Amino acid sequence: MSIRHGLLALLERGPRYGSQLRTEFESRTGSTWPLNVGQVYTTLSRLERDGLVVQDDEDDQGHALYAITDGGRTELRNWFETPVDRSNPPRDELAIKLAMAVGAPGVDIRAVIQSQRHHTLKAMQDYTRLKAQSLSDVPTNRDEVAWLLVLEQLIFQAEAEARWLDHCETRLIRLADAAAREPDPEVRTTGRTTPRVALPRSRR
Amino acid sequence: MSSHVPPRSAAPTGAPVPAGAPVLELRALTRTHGSGIAEVHALRGIDLAVHAGELVAVMGPSGSGKSTLLTIAGGLDTATSGQVVIEGQDISGLGRKGIAALRRRSVGYVFQDYNLIPALTAAENIALPRELDGVSVRKARKEAREALEEMKLLEVADRFPDEMSGGQQQRVAIARALVGDRRLVLADEPTGALDSETGEKVLALLRNRCDQGAAGVMVTHEPRYAAWADRVVFLRDGSIVDQTLTADADSLLTSEAAK
Repeated sequence: MSIRHGLLALLERGPRYGSQLRTEFESRTGSTWPLNVGQVYTTLSRLERDGLVVQDDEDDQGHALYAITDGGRTELRNWFETPVDRSNPPRDELAIKLAMAVGAPGVDIRAVIQSQRHHTLKAMQDYTRLKAQSLSDVPTNRDEVAWLLVLEQLIFQAEAEARWLDHCETRLIRLADAAAREPDPEVRTTGRTTPRVALPRSRR
Repeated sequence: MSSHVPPRSAAPTGAPVPAGAPVLELRALTRTHGSGIAEVHALRGIDLAVHAGELVAVMGPSGSGKSTLLTIAGGLDTATSGQVVIEGQDISGLGRKGIAALRRRSVGYVFQDYNLIPALTAAENIALPRELDGVSVRKARKEAREALEEMKLLEVADRFPDEMSGGQQQRVAIARALVGDRRLVLADEPTGALDSETGEKVLALLRNRCDQGAAGVMVTHEPRYAAWADRVVFLRDGSIVDQTLTADADSLLTSEAAK
């Protein structure tokens, strides 16, 4: 969806050809989500099929130009006005991995958390460096500002992940400590099983 | 697909692994509180070297030993065993007076609550450790103003701490930590009391001082601030369990290992 609307947004500024759209999309988003030309042309032909773009004349170099239609402009306006759906979250591999690691035999969940935290922090270090570079000359043009916003989104997302990982670790330690102190009689009588948490501490 | 693949168009330029003798070296450091059944191991054999130009962030859950590590590295507490070596000097052989002198000359400490002296202006706060170290008042004040000017903070030079914002106070505290020839700054949650934008300014300043040749160690629980460091060290139960390097430093290490 986002490629489709991203292309429409670029076309609203005037007719463009495929590889030009690809370059502009990438410079807006710092190549965070690289596109290949094939994807661009497939998307353009679907947009054309749906009446949102039309093929225009060729430019001087013989590139086939595409132009946005009135229908395309309406579609684009709707996109900007409609919030991105968060009620139906995409599958998150890390959340699934941790969920599966709870009580998994032979899996040290704290090691899983730490290896992810390492990776996430390192990505944050790289993004933060890019951000510092980007801010060393105050961004002025549209592409630089757009890229800074995307970069900061990556930082915020990684930060949320790192904080969640910290939280998971603390939560697991507390649950394990509580379980060690006082086994819940409810659990035993009903036969309900509490998540078994593999902690290195309990193995010492 | 992972969303953590760094964008291809702009490769990060991490600081390379610094060469030369470390400014701070912790060797097999342990710290035990209490004894017998009440014995608590706050640190269990920490080895850490921090070089000039390097900013190291220390992260870990509360009780993992982060603050103990920093206070021992700064000579504010003593290790049960192991060595703290600052600019080539093992501080355990120095005695209390010697450590105090070394702290004034070589080590700057930055605290979460700034710890500026309320009755002194920003410039006087920065000049104080230099004056205590025997530098003339005139020279020390001049240095202080220069430090403030460099940080674009000259406008607060004659203000008292209660006339400054938290962010300004913390930046003055960093100036105080690094005035003179001191090359080691130890910061304990330096952004803890600041909003995120001010926190970033403080971090940018700390980063900048390290880029200019200081060595920094910062304890933080905020991933956003830790990400400004060249290296993130993770502590757990008094031990270093893991550490990250920036991409360039990692690849340097890998190529070293390949030799």
